[in-house]
Amino acid sequence: MSFEITQFLLSAQLADAKVRTEAEGNLRQFQEQNLPSFLLSLSVELSNNEKPIESRKLAGIVLKNSLDAKDATRKEHLVQQWVAIDISIKSQIKDFLLKTLGSSAAEARHTSAQVVAKIASIEIPRKEWPELIGSLLVNMTQQDRPTSLKQATLETLGYVCEEISHQDLEQDEVNSVLTAVVQGMTVTENIPEVRLAATRALYNALDFAQTNFENEMERNYIMKVICETTTAKEAEIRQAAFECLVSIASTYYGVLEPYMQTIFELTSNAVKGDDDFVSLQAIEFWSSICDEEVELQDFEVPESGDSSPPHFCFIEKALSSLVPMLLETLLKQEEDQDQDDGIWNLSMAGGTCLGLVARTVGDAIVPLVMPFVEANILKTDWRSREAATYAFGSILEGPSIEKLAPMVHAGLDFLLNAMRDENSHVKDTTAWTLSRVFELLHTPSTGFSVISPANLQRVVGVLLESIKDASHVAEKVCGAIYYLAQGYEDAGTSSSFLTPYLMDIISCLIATADRTDCSDSKLRSSAYETLNEVVRCSNLIETSHIISHLLPVIMNKLGQTVELQIVSSDDREKQGDLQALLCGVLQVIIQKLSSTDETKPVIMQAADQMMILFLKVFACRSSTVHEEAMLAIGALAYATGPDFGKYMPEFYKYLEMGLQNFEEYQVCGISVGVVGDICRALDDKVLPYCDGIMTHLLKDLSSGELHRSVKPPIFSCFGDVALAIGEHFEKYLPYAIPMMQGASEICAQMDNSDEEMVEYGNQLRRSIFEAYSGILQGFKNSKPDLMLPHASHVLQFIELVSRDTEREESVTKAAVAVLGDLADALGSNVQILFKDRSFCTEFLGECLQSDDEQLKETATWTQGMIGRVFSVCG
Amino acid sequence: MAPHDIRRPFKRPAISDQQKRREISLLRQAQNRRDAQHQARCLASTVLSLQNQNSEPLSESAASEELEIALETETGPEEVDSEHQARDIDVREASKLKGAEARRWFARQLMLPEWMVDVPDRLNHDWYVFARPAGKRCFVVSSNGTTVSRLRNGSLLHRFPSALPSGARIKDVSRSTQSYCILDCIFHELDQTYYVIDMVCWAGYSLYECTAEFRFFWLNSKLLETGACAPPSLYHKYRFSLLPVYNCDEAGLHTAYTEAVPYVKDGLLFYNKHAHYQTGNTPLALVWKDENCSQYVIDTDSKGQVPNQQQVILAVTR
Repeated sequence: MSFEITQFLLSAQLADAKVRTEAEGNLRQFQEQNLPSFLLSLSVELSNNEKPIESRKLAGIVLKNSLDAKDATRKEHLVQQWVAIDISIKSQIKDFLLKTLGSSAAEARHTSAQVVAKIASIEIPRKEWPELIGSLLVNMTQQDRPTSLKQATLETLGYVCEEISHQDLEQDEVNSVLTAVVQGMTVTENIPEVRLAATRALYNALDFAQTNFENEMERNYIMKVICETTTAKEAEIRQAAFECLVSIASTYYGVLEPYMQTIFELTSNAVKGDDDFVSLQAIEFWSSICDEEVELQDFEVPESGDSSPPHFCFIEKALSSLVPMLLETLLKQEEDQDQDDGIWNLSMAGGTCLGLVARTVGDAIVPLVMPFVEANILKTDWRSREAATYAFGSILEGPSIEKLAPMVHAGLDFLLNAMRDENSHVKDTTAWTLSRVFELLHTPSTGFSVISPANLQRVVGVLLESIKDASHVAEKVCGAIYYLAQGYEDAGTSSSFLTPYLMDIISCLIATADRTDCSDSKLRSSAYETLNEVVRCSNLIETSHIISHLLPVIMNKLGQTVELQIVSSDDREKQGDLQALLCGVLQVIIQKLSSTDETKPVIMQAADQMMILFLKVFACRSSTVHEEAMLAIGALAYATGPDFGKYMPEFYKYLEMGLQNFEEYQVCGISVGVVGDICRALDDKVLPYCDGIMTHLLKDLSSGELHRSVKPPIFSCFGDVALAIGEHFEKYLPYAIPMMQGASEICAQMDNSDEEMVEYGNQLRRSIFEAYSGILQGFKNSKPDLMLPHASHVLQFIELVSRDTEREESVTKAAVAVLGDLADALGSNVQILFKDRSFCTEFLGECLQSDDEQLKETATWTQGMIGRVFSVCG
Repeated sequence: MAPHDIRRPFKRPAISDQQKRREISLLRQAQNRRDAQHQARCLASTVLSLQNQNSEPLSESAASEELEIALETETGPEEVDSEHQARDIDVREASKLKGAEARRWFARQLMLPEWMVDVPDRLNHDWYVFARPAGKRCFVVSSNGTTVSRLRNGSLLHRFPSALPSGARIKDVSRSTQSYCILDCIFHELDQTYYVIDMVCWAGYSLYECTAEFRFFWLNSKLLETGACAPPSLYHKYRFSLLPVYNCDEAGLHTAYTEAVPYVKDGLLFYNKHAHYQTGNTPLALVWKDENCSQYVIDTDSKGQVPNQQQVILAVTR
């Protein structure tokens, strides 16, 4: 049943587009006409040692892509297709694949290992390939098998472990797999290729070893082998072994104590003398330990009993040796590392780890680092100065303000001077350190800041001078200005301090965004994003005239982007990026100025022109911009209120486009939010658009393609529409209610063990309640009875949610509000329903005792509403 | 199968301003949604007041217990009696009621003070005092472009345009049609002014469940903004005026008692700062009169007649 497809596979890789397209077409046709035969032919091709390696490799890749896809819907489709294939054909395919593991061609073995793992991911959970593990293990235990087969088998075992869950295997299978893998790592009987494959397989299998790690003897053995492997002769094997240690640091932190002394020595030697890519893993081990301990500290609940894992203070215990080791790495910078985003080297990893250590141990790190800083900061060698500055900047998060304040006060002036250093690395790191200082030690709202009116002028002066420096330095300076401005947000009287400099700061940021001397657009985004923060955090009363002047400047720039000559898709992308940034600034300005009655007229006067610009931007049709313009329009609708109605005829088609953008779900989500803004702005004037809007919202909800995060906002949006159009929502009721009921049933069946699902469930619940609230309140005055048939279901849902002790406060608030809305809208009609529901009293009682004033207020209102239901006569 | 990536954010992690803007937008939208639903509910909560009140009709004696200068001709106990069907109406609908129904509804909405017969606990901490103007106690309701005042028994006093929210037919795009106000006032004939003693609803928001402290604060800050305290004009027929309200300490009492005010005094009113607006008689609002602060120390009934028996308080001791 298999066919000769070598020629197609070879032609599909040729440069000649015509031949290639034709070959691809033939393959596709074969695939569509007879999938089982097609897959079988591919496996035959892959396994045949007579065939050219190019066609074998492509056969394997096409086979793999017929089993798995990134997109979840497509993946599910492929799985179903495979499952449906005749069992005898599947077993032939699997035999060819396993045979290929012994092939002489390394690439064929490797590709086959991947395909086996993909089939395993489908079949092992369904118990449809029980003999796989056994037949792989035979390859390992039989003495006469070639080492190439052992190597490919270990690789396959690793991939299979990565694809499936350990619950899919029996414990004795897990044990056998681990035994085979760990034996493959031992030095005595294996050649390097096998050891490497085994070590990499162990990395993938570590999650499977939970039971084995609980057993001290087995654990000791595994750890001993890994530690030995970190000193293998081959650097690649050492790297793979350290990768295992990194993974163990986070997966098995709790059992590491007996091995830490050994591991410290191994990592320390690796950091000092090994190849860089091995040293990097050794540093990463310590970074991972920091991650674990920081998390333990962050979630530390006093007297939490036995449930929380122990904190062994590994970092604290190793501190005095660990810190000097990391400080040494800081001196190993590479030339030009600041210009290239792709670089990750020893000094970067070491400095990052030092920062994590500071967050883990706090004050204790300061005396260990400051001597290094003082010894190096004035040296003539730029590496010393940069390392000293980087060390200083790295330890600013973690230690207490009391500990840091004296050094930072003393060092600030030095840092400001260092912005004139002759070396650009030093300036880059200094600017970054300044941004850390402002981020962490400049919070006037709490009463502490290293900045005072006395030194602010100098600080601003230096920053605005340095923003003209090389683009990577300028980018860090933008960060420093960002945090400098942020500190003054809501800072009471201190919020005025920056006002005198605001005009200069804004012009410099705009000039920076306009710079043409940098290759990428990173500096431009940094400049605009900083501008946004500066506007957001400014003291509006004092700066409204400055921000009002900024508005036409930004509008003008946005207008210019529409006029740009667009030749290539690259031009289009650049135009889109720039429009996104400018729409972002406009959004921030709209929001800022519309927040007070005094400044709102500025927005009202410019609204027409802004809207014209946004529509022009939409017409350029780049999806990123779509999103940013949409966000800005939401802010504008809120600011203009009912006046927004005049833009609707023009704007509506873009709103529809946004609501239909399944692929870019962020855009869809934002469009849904804008619908809400428009409903509140227009009230019942939104009615003419509601048929279209509701159709799209309902389609969105039913789509399996749309990212689930957009679905809760759609339910909330139902509430917004209903509240705006009141009784006119009636015609949508037969469509909306089943959706809401369906979603509440999904909530009831949700998996509570998955944190992400719990969070999603909470969002969904809250939004369903918001929908009911809007509909009930919308119908209250004219057609409350329409909701009567659904009242019992709503109550059931509230009861269900009220019984969930894990529910979030925001869900509770929404639930208790709907309870009141039911009573308020339906009046004495719900008497019977409420009588049977004793949970109401308990639930209300719980809410009334809350510390949250809003919740208490809502609950009081609900109590009153229910009371009214029972007190009305007749 | 992907290689293990150990790259971590280096130096400043990228600030995603876009994400921040998205989140700020979501926050704003959630807040606006809450406000909109809250407003829909507050309109409703005015209905609550109907339930809290005493369901018995005001008796003759209760009506006469407090002094009214107005000689009402429209008071009819028979109208007050049969009001079950009118109970379940919210204020917005009530503002549309006509004739007898409207009278019935509004007859029950005012908060009425009791006589001060002893000194309440913590008088100097928990109470306000102010000199009550002599005049017609009434509810002033502005909605749908007109303003209506109704006396204690529900009967119509004036229908007029005012600068209160939705109080006149002028183009004002910023206000929704749902916006309406209810003020508790005394109409002072001499200067044709409504003296506002309390605020019950403002711009669609109910203040029934708010403390007197908050209501007075709100009243003072909101009324001036509207221009309702300005002299009469085309779209503003009567002037509204705020009263000087004092804390009930010695100085405040003395001022309220002796201070010259632009209106004729009729006793002192005492309001408990923590009390909600409660319809009907309440011990959390009290009235005091003597010959120094009121010309009406002799009790009269609602028809202005002096009853055969007078209630006398012989002494108030601390």
